[in-house]
Amino acid sequence: MLNYLLQRLAMLVPTLFFVSILIFGLQQLLPGDPAIALAGEDRDPNVVAFLRAKFHLDEPLPMRYWYWLSGVLHGDLGDSVRIQKPVTELILEKLPVTLQLAAMAIVIALVIGITAGVISAVKKDTGWDYAANVFALWGLSTPNFWLGILLILLFAVQLGWLPASGYVSPFEDLRANLAAMIMPAFVLGNAFAAVLMRHTRSAMLQVLSSDYVRTARAKGLDERVVVLKHALRNALIPVITLGALGLGELLGGAVLTEQVFTIPGFGKLIVDAVFNRDYSVVQGVVLFTATVYIMLNLLADLAYYLVNPRMRH
Amino acid sequence: MKLLIFLALSIAASAHAQTLRIGLAEDPDILDPTLARTFVGRIVFAGLCDKLLDLDEKLNIVPQLATSYEWSGDNKTLTLKLRSGVTFHDGEKFDAAAVKFNLERHKNLQGSNRRGELAPVSSVEVADPSTVRIHLTAPFAPLLAVLTDRAGMMVSPKAAQAAGEKFGSHPVCSGPFRFVERVAQDRIALERYDNYWNKAAIHFQRIVYLPIVDSTVRLANLRSGQLDFIERLAPSDVPALKSDSRFKIDRIVEIGYQGITINTGKSELAQKNPLGRDARVREAFELSLDRDAIVKVAMEGEAQAGNQWVAPNNRYYAKNAPIPKRNVARARELLKQAGVSNPSFTLMTPTTSDAQRVAQVVQAMAKEAGFDVKIQSTEFATSLNLADKGQFEAYVLAWSGRADPDGNLQTFIACKGPLNTSGYCVPEVDEAIEKARTTLDPTQRAKYYEVVAAHVAKDRPIIYLYHRNWLWAHAAKLTGLRTVPDGMVRVQGLQMK
Amino acid sequence: MAAVVYEQLEITPRRRAWRRLMRRGGAMFGLTVVAFFIAVALLAPWLSPDDPLATSWSAVRAAPTAAHPFGADELGRDVLSRVIWGTRASLLAGVVSVSISLALGVPIGMLAGYLGRWVDAVISRITDAMLACPFLILAIALAAFLGPSLSNAMIAIGISATPIFIRLTRAQVLSAKAEDYVEAARALGNPHWRIALRHIFPNIVPPLIVQATLAIAAAVIAEASLSFLGLGQQPPAPSWGSMLNTARNYVDQAPWMAIWPGVSIFLLVLSFNLLGDGLRDALDPRHK
Repeated sequence: MLNYLLQRLAMLVPTLFFVSILIFGLQQLLPGDPAIALAGEDRDPNVVAFLRAKFHLDEPLPMRYWYWLSGVLHGDLGDSVRIQKPVTELILEKLPVTLQLAAMAIVIALVIGITAGVISAVKKDTGWDYAANVFALWGLSTPNFWLGILLILLFAVQLGWLPASGYVSPFEDLRANLAAMIMPAFVLGNAFAAVLMRHTRSAMLQVLSSDYVRTARAKGLDERVVVLKHALRNALIPVITLGALGLGELLGGAVLTEQVFTIPGFGKLIVDAVFNRDYSVVQGVVLFTATVYIMLNLLADLAYYLVNPRMRH
Repeated sequence: MKLLIFLALSIAASAHAQTLRIGLAEDPDILDPTLARTFVGRIVFAGLCDKLLDLDEKLNIVPQLATSYEWSGDNKTLTLKLRSGVTFHDGEKFDAAAVKFNLERHKNLQGSNRRGELAPVSSVEVADPSTVRIHLTAPFAPLLAVLTDRAGMMVSPKAAQAAGEKFGSHPVCSGPFRFVERVAQDRIALERYDNYWNKAAIHFQRIVYLPIVDSTVRLANLRSGQLDFIERLAPSDVPALKSDSRFKIDRIVEIGYQGITINTGKSELAQKNPLGRDARVREAFELSLDRDAIVKVAMEGEAQAGNQWVAPNNRYYAKNAPIPKRNVARARELLKQAGVSNPSFTLMTPTTSDAQRVAQVVQAMAKEAGFDVKIQSTEFATSLNLADKGQFEAYVLAWSGRADPDGNLQTFIACKGPLNTSGYCVPEVDEAIEKARTTLDPTQRAKYYEVVAAHVAKDRPIIYLYHRNWLWAHAAKLTGLRTVPDGMVRVQGLQMK
Repeated sequence: MAAVVYEQLEITPRRRAWRRLMRRGGAMFGLTVVAFFIAVALLAPWLSPDDPLATSWSAVRAAPTAAHPFGADELGRDVLSRVIWGTRASLLAGVVSVSISLALGVPIGMLAGYLGRWVDAVISRITDAMLACPFLILAIALAAFLGPSLSNAMIAIGISATPIFIRLTRAQVLSAKAEDYVEAARALGNPHWRIALRHIFPNIVPPLIVQATLAIAAAVIAEASLSFLGLGQQPPAPSWGSMLNTARNYVDQAPWMAIWPGVSIFLLVLSFNLLGDGLRDALDPRHK
């Protein structure tokens, strides 16, 4: 077990190294002179020259990578050129927002996904199964930016129940915060719910046909107890670990939802930075979310490993 | 009696205890007037930083921090009398020394975006605490207009020196509101500055600027009551909002323009394509376009057709070069004369929705004259780069505009203009532009611009198409908005009834 | 693309015949709809009533009538014709992207799985790195790098989805390698390449087909997402994603501009998802 853990930790370093190269390379290869993009409409030649010097843009690529990497290893992820703020500060500022959004989305996804999955498995091959299936699939089949806009038009403009966009800190006003986050969390959670539904369904089906459950049934236990107490508990383990992984994915991937709902999280930050050629921001934030994702991956595998004796080799 | 006073005070207090929530179309960049580079940043500055001079609805120069101005006999020195009793948000006095500090900062700070605008300024002299003299290397008519924008914004010297590079994260100016906080891509919050010299005109306690990029969502916020005011309403949203009595739409023609820049000499691509090398082909292209239809279809009528760098209702619009009417027959004739049967060129189009619509309409119209226009969608940042390198044939480009006509002209049309991506260079035009910027008399300047217009209308390095309407939408209860063509949201006078 | 990653980690349950039947209902529906859209795409020139690029200033945002059954868009073009022609773009976006992923991912995955050791280590680390970056960010960066166009969007999506197929292939190859028939083939002296091609490859095809079908669904959505950011199919050429993108400015006055492409995307993606699920049931080996 310890061996496995050490092995996995050892693989972390080269993976992160490749992540850094990948994201650095992609940024630097983007067409267009970033100094011109950042210099604004006037493109004053002095300003452009100043920016080129400041960001070592005339130096060869490996050198620029080295400057950045050494900064990272010292905890300095650089500054956003556009608003002159350290990337680390930006990350700390937006982390709670993104975390909250991702967490709410996961909870929604778990609730919808697990419920649909259990219904689907228990009422297998009936109309319920089919309906739950389509309902969950619906989340995967609509572009989430589109769903977001429709929800805004319905709930904010027509009904006036929820705010159209924006973010309020939970410490400032918890009610307003939840009101603002519920729609984007739903949009995000929707897609993931389908995935969780599928996994819950298959895990439940597998457990329901196992000897363990057959014994419980034979003992004459009430069906509902069988399902909820015995089957579900065992089926949930892989599903929960998937949920944890989903958190990692959502940390960096809620790009479009944040754009539409103007949630100041990582997704919006990264996309805007790509179009503004604000390199440091993209590199720093992606490196951060990738690290978190890999860590969560590791934890999930460990959890799997611990709970599932069959996996130990 | 005491009760009455108390009531009166509390009513007055509550009238000021309001927050004005303004929706912006983008997230501003650095909030330092010297380093700032975006249009949308200027909207925030309107609430945060006062300027030496300001503009009114007719683009006249009016006082703000400077109460009067006077040119010397040789037009090389501008004397400004400064307003007394003005303080910065940190309590420091605003005086001539502060003006000197600021102008020098604009000129000398590393990375300053104002250097080009203040290029002719050679020195700033403090005549006395309320009089400052700006010395120029040569007469420079646009100087007054320049001082109504960021180059005229005054920051607290003490705060600027203390903060150094980081000034932009906590700016200290002398405007009606002072900086409270900024959460990137979320909000910028300003609080009323109680010692503002014109505080009678300020009726809000707080302003919050909220950048919301998606125009549909921005409007949704207005309609659901979360915003009181939005800038750059999309033209397509006007009909829906017009019928809603809760809201009001204000509009005015911008000082900028939308046009198509043609590579006539920036790179060898100019010679390779008939559009770039033959003026007759360009004339044919222009004649195939119906500007009124473009305005109607692409901008829903929310623009004014134009063919010069200033709008037809601008006093410097050259009357000797009116907007040509569409004439497809003549266009075809010209193409025959030029010996080009089915000319084809690539129209580099940024991926903004306005530019995309215009490009498609132009493509359809030009087809009738025989042009095969290929739309090449390019990300904005990339398109700027390609344009500067001359790697384009035609380019759909908008310019946000400057109050003085020189600001819309010189950088693009003068031989050495930094943004002359067309590669246009005609000595007579350069001469006329130079004369126009060193003459202060408007009538004389207009004559020089007629010379420029005659050339530009014939050579067509840029085909100007139209001037957009600035569209603001706000709660009907919000009154006092001054519609100035520079697109700014001036907070003085804004009031929620 | 979250869905596609997690399928890989699933503990596959045993399938029962009657479940397959029920699923077959959904899968049949999915297959029919997909076939329908393929037919529409192929027959577009004959089915489309108007030229999808033909603008008409008098029909700007016209409501649905006999002349324009689905209404007209902001430049007066017929929405029905654009939806029909847009089928090509959206189907291509799905199919070509995934083909690229397969073409790149399967050989690399086989190399990793079959050769093992340091080849596997390096490939796996790079794959992990790509998977750690948010999929859409990779796609956006690549699409921005290549330039906004449908073909570049397909390449960007294809490359971004490759690591998923690398992982899937590798895992399948690893488990196939341990099978008896492979050991027997080795014992008989077969060269590696023949074993890989003739013995292992046919057995990994079924899960790949399933994954590919689900990936096509995700790729169609990805194209719509890239179009939202201005990086997919560029106007005037129609694609459902870019039509939705333009339509969101006109949701109030001209909802038909958004309804039809929106419904089409939904149906196509839903069908691919149903089809993929059904295929998984039908093709999945009885034990993993």
